[in-house]
Amino acid sequence: MTALPSETMQTSRAAGIPFILKKAFLSALVALVLFSLMIGIRTEAGSDGQLTYWTRFGDLASIVGIVFGGSIVIELLRQWLGPTGAEKLVPPAVQRGLSRAGRLLAPALLIFALLVPVIFYNQRYILDLAILVLTYVMLGWGLNVVVGLAGLLDLGYVAFYAVGAYSYALLATNFGWSFWICLPLAGILAAFWGVMLGFPVLRLRGDYLAIVTLAFGEIIRLVIINWQDLTGGPNGVSGIPRPTLFGIPLDNSDDGLAAKLGIEFSATHRIIFLFYLILALALLTNWVTIRLRRLPIGRAWEALREDEVACRALGINTTTTKLTAFATGAMFGGFAGAFFATRQGFISPESFTFQESALVLAIVVLGGMGSQLGVALAALAMIGGFELFRGLETYRMLVFGMAMVLIMIWRPRGLIGHRAPTVYLTKAQAISSDLVKEGHG
Amino acid sequence: MDYFAQQLINGLVLGSIYGLIAIGYTMVYGIVGMINFAHGDIFMIGGFIALITFLILVSLGLTAVPVILLVVLLVAMAITALYGWTVERIAYRPLRHSFRLAPMLSAIGMSFVLMNYSQVAQGARVKPIPPLITGGHTLHESADGFVVQLSNVQILVVVTTIVLLSIFTWLVSHTRLGRDMRACEQDQTMAALLGVDVDRTISMTFVIGAALAAVAGLMYLLYYGLVDFFMGFVAGIKAFTAAVLGGIGSLPGAMLGGLAIGLIETFWSAYFSVEYKDVAAFSILIVVLIFMPTGLLGRPEVEKV
Repeated sequence: MTALPSETMQTSRAAGIPFILKKAFLSALVALVLFSLMIGIRTEAGSDGQLTYWTRFGDLASIVGIVFGGSIVIELLRQWLGPTGAEKLVPPAVQRGLSRAGRLLAPALLIFALLVPVIFYNQRYILDLAILVLTYVMLGWGLNVVVGLAGLLDLGYVAFYAVGAYSYALLATNFGWSFWICLPLAGILAAFWGVMLGFPVLRLRGDYLAIVTLAFGEIIRLVIINWQDLTGGPNGVSGIPRPTLFGIPLDNSDDGLAAKLGIEFSATHRIIFLFYLILALALLTNWVTIRLRRLPIGRAWEALREDEVACRALGINTTTTKLTAFATGAMFGGFAGAFFATRQGFISPESFTFQESALVLAIVVLGGMGSQLGVALAALAMIGGFELFRGLETYRMLVFGMAMVLIMIWRPRGLIGHRAPTVYLTKAQAISSDLVKEGHG
Repeated sequence: MDYFAQQLINGLVLGSIYGLIAIGYTMVYGIVGMINFAHGDIFMIGGFIALITFLILVSLGLTAVPVILLVVLLVAMAITALYGWTVERIAYRPLRHSFRLAPMLSAIGMSFVLMNYSQVAQGARVKPIPPLITGGHTLHESADGFVVQLSNVQILVVVTTIVLLSIFTWLVSHTRLGRDMRACEQDQTMAALLGVDVDRTISMTFVIGAALAAVAGLMYLLYYGLVDFFMGFVAGIKAFTAAVLGGIGSLPGAMLGGLAIGLIETFWSAYFSVEYKDVAAFSILIVVLIFMPTGLLGRPEVEKV
């Protein structure tokens, strides 16, 4: 954690053992001061409300030791590798190979995804995990429209997820409407909120936009918590109906799917149905995004991401461009939310915290903004990684935060892939002097 | 009227705390042009360090309140300042010339790291302390028995804020460091050409911001009597709102914005609903950014291509 980036490459390359030791010693000293009170002393409120504390100098010593050792290792690695840029880490030959493999990877993944229920038919845990991963893939693809394509940093994406989830939950529990009617409604409502958010923030850019979207996400969550008459407040909405296969319920009843098909009922059917449902929704998101990218609106999004001023100079209407990006992204978030509600059968505001927004954003960033395949792989890696660390619940978000920082330092354009604009002028063209007044254009 | 006066006092005290945090946001934004998303969590760390130092001092048998306060203040400021320095060094400096969203995302990651680090290190439960400073003054007692109180803690918070703000304003306007900071704010390349150590100046900005956040953390601890690992998030957003409201990059603006947010939040809780006080604060952020993006005392941002 306290690996200090070298002052200048020159000194660190030329330096010998004394330099490394000095640096490691300094890092350890900084770590000692930083962790002295926070790690060395542990406070806890006793049963009578009185604070007590006890010391943990052993932990403190080991952490300082780790920092000392880690600093030496990092410095040695740095000298050994030399001053590498992000480009050099992946040699061009490997990159070419990867891109070739990448073209095969997408269909392979798709086929694998289609076969998951067949392969893991009896493994409920894996199926549930796969559904979770696909939900995040869908959310990632939805947010990718806003962040990856249009370059608008949205920290409140979970708000649209929440709008979708609550739309379905409330419509279904209050009016008994079926999932298939509510799904588009949830999408429309979320898109509507996307435009609602989009309008005020049109003039903002970059960091300001991020903070406003974050505030918006928090407002939605706080309203859900406090508007108890409608949303049930912190208790959430329970008893949300399960989805049906176009009116045929997937249950044990006489008119259920199993009875109609004359096969034996199994609870797995519903899981598999949910799996294919979210797979279809995710693929829809992907397909729409890819198609949109080829339309003028998609080109405008990418132009907006690259340079807003140039975009405006070229006569692109930035208002509609931004609003459509927000609305499209929000709509997919709404779909995913409706799916989430029907899968869980219970929703509460706890599912829609800022951490969730940050997780989806991290998936998009890790996947390389704009890259569809990258986002899918990142969702797989992220949610799979979270599952692996399930036992270390408290350390999970700590590792997540560190990973986010490290990725930004190491490969800010994404770990897996980066999508360049669909249309790109590869070389600067000299314009004939007849066309411009003085010399080259 | 008495009720109003009491809320005014409460609002000003809360606003002082927000203002102290907001200065950190506004300074960093002014110089580096990024939102230090982890700043709210630096404030939280400051609160924790103050709490732990306080516990140690009390268990050592120290009873003189002014001595305790002074030691806690200095220790909290020093260690939290080092946190600020480390965060800048690890998470922001390598990204100085990266693409524009990178520092923001890195800051979000750092915020998670700090938040969960203190959860892991100190546990998730709220940590209360017994009131250190008790007593107060009754300013006015109305016929129906409503008492307008000004407690000693409130006086301490406001006085400390004013003193620190004066020192800090002097620092920025009259010292070499302050001049360097203002130079970096205007043009980093030019400042570097004229012999200003830009990296060091930026580091110092983070250090000062974190030290002020630590003071805010201590004040929060004294005023509310508790800390928990999650308090930095909401306080951070509100302080950022204050910085924006006052005009980001402007120091008096940050303080003014802090007071405004504190007052609005307090009056909203007092006259409308406590549940929606955070909604009110966040809505103000949105409204201000839409209608007054430069804030109260900010300069309009000129965009150059």
